[in-house]
Amino acid sequence: MSLAIDLASWALLVAGGFFCIVGGIGLIRMPDFYTRMHAASVTDTLGAGFMLAGMMLQAGLTLVTVKLALIGVLLFFTSPTATHALARAAMTRGVQPLLADGEGAPSKR
Amino acid sequence: MLRAANSVVVLFAFWLLLSGYFTAFLVTAGFACAVAVVAFAWRMEVIDHEGHPMHLGLRPFAYVPWLLKEILKSGWQVTRIILDPKLPVSPTLVRFRPSQRTDVGLVTHANSITLTPGTISVEVGRDSFLVHGLTRESAAGVVASEMDRRVCRFEGQR
Repeated sequence: MSLAIDLASWALLVAGGFFCIVGGIGLIRMPDFYTRMHAASVTDTLGAGFMLAGMMLQAGLTLVTVKLALIGVLLFFTSPTATHALARAAMTRGVQPLLADGEGAPSKR
Repeated sequence: MLRAANSVVVLFAFWLLLSGYFTAFLVTAGFACAVAVVAFAWRMEVIDHEGHPMHLGLRPFAYVPWLLKEILKSGWQVTRIILDPKLPVSPTLVRFRPSQRTDVGLVTHANSITLTPGTISVEVGRDSFLVHGLTRESAAGVVASEMDRRVCRFEGQR
């Protein structure tokens, strides 16, 4: 039984590590600021999420698991807020996104 | 008043979970802290429908599993794009009108868009969202979406 849990936990941790690395690769490969933020959000959500789940399996039914879950909840609320603030600040300061259809500025309506 | 009492209960439960000590003195101290924090918040007048949205009940908990599933799906798509040697991105901006009425609903919708990899909400307003999508499809996917309908349901609209 504990072997099964260990295996599941390992699988989750490795998956989390995989998505963190993918996020890092994306950060380098993407062409501009905004597309890089999309790559970073893979690390934020899938990377951190799978790792937290793996650690929860290691901790079992204890208060440590509760704390790990609370870390997850915290990330769940703060990471999109930070991403949005960053994107908005960049847009306000005039960082032009690279667009597929036609170049340049979004219509300010 | 009911909202304040409910805040005390939630804060105290939070304190218990984080501390893990159950001696009489510490539990009493924790309860006193919860009451004190709510008293301060009461004086600052931040205990309202926004600071403690208990009128939503348990509906947010029905929304979260669906959102997690969406995060998994779109995260996997973005992963495939990143690992694709051709890097098939087609960044697109899209502006649309969200159908939420309340601030909590709008914030939840905007945060959900940002949380799913492949889409970021850049500008958020009452009558228009500006969303940056990694591909044409992901940008088009946020307009009048399933997410829009589900957030409306959880904020209590039909």
